[in-house]
Amino acid sequence: MPSEKRIGEPILKADHISLSFGGVKALTDISLEIREHEILAIIGPNGAGKTSMLNVINGFYHPQSGTITFQGETRRRMRPHQAAEQGIARTFQNVALFRGMSTLDNIMTGRLLRMKRNFLWQTLYYGPALKEELEHREYAEEIIDFLEIQAIRKTPVGQLPYGLQKRVELGRALAMEPKLLLLDEPMAGMNVEEKEDMCRFVLDVNDEFGTTIALIEHDMGVVMDISDRVAVLDYGRKIADGAPDLVRADQTVIDAYLGVAHKE
Amino acid sequence: MNIIYGIFIGPFVAMASDPANFATVLIGGLLSGVLYSLVALGFVLIYKASGVFNFAQGTMVLFAALNFAGCIDSGAGIWGALLITIVVMIVLAFAVERLVLRPLVNQEQIILFMATIGITYFLRGIGQIIWGGDVRPLDVGLPGHPIFLGEVLIQSLDLLAALVAGSLVAALAIFFQKTRVGRALRAVADDHQAALSVGIPLRSIWVIVWIAAGLVALVAGIMWGSTLGSVQFSIEQVALRALPVLILGGFTSIPGAIVGGLIVGSTEKIAEFYWRPVTGGAIEDWFAYMLALIFLLFRPQGLFGERIIERV
Repeated sequence: MPSEKRIGEPILKADHISLSFGGVKALTDISLEIREHEILAIIGPNGAGKTSMLNVINGFYHPQSGTITFQGETRRRMRPHQAAEQGIARTFQNVALFRGMSTLDNIMTGRLLRMKRNFLWQTLYYGPALKEELEHREYAEEIIDFLEIQAIRKTPVGQLPYGLQKRVELGRALAMEPKLLLLDEPMAGMNVEEKEDMCRFVLDVNDEFGTTIALIEHDMGVVMDISDRVAVLDYGRKIADGAPDLVRADQTVIDAYLGVAHKE
Repeated sequence: MNIIYGIFIGPFVAMASDPANFATVLIGGLLSGVLYSLVALGFVLIYKASGVFNFAQGTMVLFAALNFAGCIDSGAGIWGALLITIVVMIVLAFAVERLVLRPLVNQEQIILFMATIGITYFLRGIGQIIWGGDVRPLDVGLPGHPIFLGEVLIQSLDLLAALVAGSLVAALAIFFQKTRVGRALRAVADDHQAALSVGIPLRSIWVIVWIAAGLVALVAGIMWGSTLGSVQFSIEQVALRALPVLILGGFTSIPGAIVGGLIVGSTEKIAEFYWRPVTGGAIEDWFAYMLALIFLLFRPQGLFGERIIERV
């Protein structure tokens, strides 16, 4: 039952972000808002700066100018682990999992920040620390159920096929109970069935947990189906931003994707 | 025939005929093995946290011991020297993180490895500049007389060294195995970027690990130096002895480092004592490496190492 979307105020505001590497301009004067509870798709041709934008949002890159405001808190420089503490989780374009660990352990790393008992208690592995570990373990199991990966709970993720690795990576991000979830091409390299599953999970996360999601995706069918709003980047600039249908009809977007049509 | 008897039969006959003597050799070997475990643990910690083999570990042992002996010679007293050296190793950990590791985040492991070679030469040089290249006598007043347990003879210095090293190993093992730092460590070793994205403070983890490795080096340096009676540059070689320990135990396993050290320590002493008639001595110098070679052939991940997973 798709409930009425409660898209709220902007949870994250990027203000005039510019980022360059040496002489190469990756992002030029980009302003972007992500609103609470929405699914925002960031699209654009290869090299348009989509991943750079995500990296700025979660603190991997420091823009030369511009500010990021997350939940009313403005920052110029931030470290990735601080972004995580504030509730920004993400997945990566080329799956970045802890390959030697099992699925469950990977998901449990997402709980690290939520574990508050100090080292001494954990050393004793007793009382409150044990209770805490069990609680977190329970949460991890819920995520495993949600993503339907019970069967591979104990498998080292390095052995899993690509589609499942992507799902585990989503699980690890979800374990952080994020307010904002950044997905970098969550469906890249998947077959149709896997894509459908992933779409379902993304929609369910958004629907059930109310998590705000910003995702990069190349499959236009997927983008048009699941996103509330689409932002288009091209050569490091934002060229369009709006409802999927409007963006699809936008002439600059069509030009960016197809090249400018020759007029005969 | 004599050779075959000397290799396959004679030694075992000798072991069985004089159990007290065998126990003496075995215990002596196990006690010295604890020190190998300690040095190996220094490698394992850094390997776990950055996936890199820290070439500088042996030089850190030397550097810490030099500092310690130098401070004593300058009149700081044993406890003063200990305190100063602990501070120096902590400062070193912060410096390594800030100046070497931080600029190299997300680089290939071979590049980090090269960086640790750089640290080796830096430490060796700075140690020489400050304390000179002379051999420094080191006597921290540890007891040197042997103890008899029935007919079994134990060197009290070995016993003390083993107790200190053993308790340090136990403390570190518990800290890194049982706390959430352990899980964070494994995460950091696997993927820097992913570790950052789940909120693991990479820099703090590195500093913690390098401090631990520095303290391990300090204790190993003092103990090894006391056994030798002096601090000299050849002390670095204790790190070479730790290599077979790592291969036996697995690079990523703390229990592996402990068990590996004990195996190497005891077997090399036993081999030295009982097979000397066949080879004419000096087995101790190469026995551990031969053991490591055999392990590499049949169990390359070591006794407790993580399975090597390769998708094909």
